[in-house]
Amino acid sequence: MHWEVVWNNLDYFLWGAYPDGPLGGLAMSIMLALGGIFGAFWLGLGAGLMRLSHLRMLRYPATVYIEVIRGTPLLMLIFWFYFLAPIALGRTLPEAESALVAFIVFTGAYIAEIVRAGVLALPRGQMEAARSTGLSHVQAMTFVILPQALRNMIPSFVNQFVSLTKDTSLAYIIGVNELTRAATQVNNRTMNAPTEIFIAIAVLYFIICYVLTSLSRRLERRLARGQGPG
Amino acid sequence: MNYEFNWELVLTGEYGQWIVEGLIKTLQISSVSIVFAMLLGTLVAVFRMTHFKPLQWIALAFTEFFRNTPLLVQIFFWYFGSYSILPNVVNEWLYDHNFEFASGVIALSVYTSAFIAEEIRSGVNSIPKTQLEASRACGLSFIQAMSYVILPQAFRIIIPPLISQFLNLIKNSSLVMTIGVMELTYMARQIESYTFHGFEAFTVATLIYICISLVVSFLITQYNKYFMRQVQY
Repeated sequence: MHWEVVWNNLDYFLWGAYPDGPLGGLAMSIMLALGGIFGAFWLGLGAGLMRLSHLRMLRYPATVYIEVIRGTPLLMLIFWFYFLAPIALGRTLPEAESALVAFIVFTGAYIAEIVRAGVLALPRGQMEAARSTGLSHVQAMTFVILPQALRNMIPSFVNQFVSLTKDTSLAYIIGVNELTRAATQVNNRTMNAPTEIFIAIAVLYFIICYVLTSLSRRLERRLARGQGPG
Repeated sequence: MNYEFNWELVLTGEYGQWIVEGLIKTLQISSVSIVFAMLLGTLVAVFRMTHFKPLQWIALAFTEFFRNTPLLVQIFFWYFGSYSILPNVVNEWLYDHNFEFASGVIALSVYTSAFIAEEIRSGVNSIPKTQLEASRACGLSFIQAMSYVILPQAFRIIIPPLISQFLNLIKNSSLVMTIGVMELTYMARQIESYTFHGFEAFTVATLIYICISLVVSFLITQYNKYFMRQVQY
């Protein structure tokens, strides 16, 4: 076994050529995941609320968006945005940005379903009570329903963040210099330790995802305890 | 914007043929993988539920590890890195046969089996514990009780989540293009590099994936309706 290949390149796996060159490796993966989840939260919140709306012209586009994106492989979306950008904008977008757009659009559809489920899980009486105290539908949503629903959704958001962290590895394919690409680069350069390299980066991803998963499980238990039945 | 759309190019002739071949390869690799994933997933789930601690730990480590690492990394691992941990006989056999396809199948089935194991476990947990106790009391062994009493009931409940795992598997199979399995996404990419009409090629491929997923989710809904009529609680 050639574990020294991993140790010698550990800094490259963790942050790429930074500070002498562009940021890469695990740091890039995390940046993509953070940017993706931030964008996807707002997109998903909007799409989820549109999906719940009584207005067809809001509900239908959101439904189409959610169904289409959930039926499409993420890889396909990444290619889509990567090759669409030159057509739509007349110039190529940097790889990291097209990947980020794909992540936001993809994860947004899943977040939308989480939001929908979270809002539907609240007792109907909450909305009725809020409306009968004189709040408008939008006010009732913003001040009564969403604060409660979002709190219950936190574990699902964390899970979505975990799967996004894993999915950032797909940015490799259009050439974003994140952890998986760093690994293949080192693998091509050294040629003698593929097993060790891929185990090592699997472990790196695992540490992050596992910590987050356990966190979400703990949160789930905490939230379940905080709320009595009914 | 001076892009000329040319749908005919992608849909007919040689390139149309490529898309069809890619779709067939996607369905092939997905169906082979789902069979292995089901077998492995059931095994892991049963390990997880035995009372023998070491087996439980192995199964737990298996599911946690494969669920929390990216599929792409797992594909690369099986493709580039598995030779040094597999026995030589296996390696030679794999090199003589379709190595890309085989590593793709291994990666997809191992990854999916971790999710399937969790689905099965939650399905089995939803069967009242008394069922197991009653069948043990009738004199069945643990394995007999599992295979004749618990699993048949549990499988009926978990068919919808299992089907959506299958759907995920079909979508995930797009990743094996990275190791050169010529499935749908690979073919779309190939058309892009031959003709520069990537937009059309990816649209067609995306539509095919969406059609598959709409058909499958329609089936799940139908099954759920049928199931709900069968079981009136």
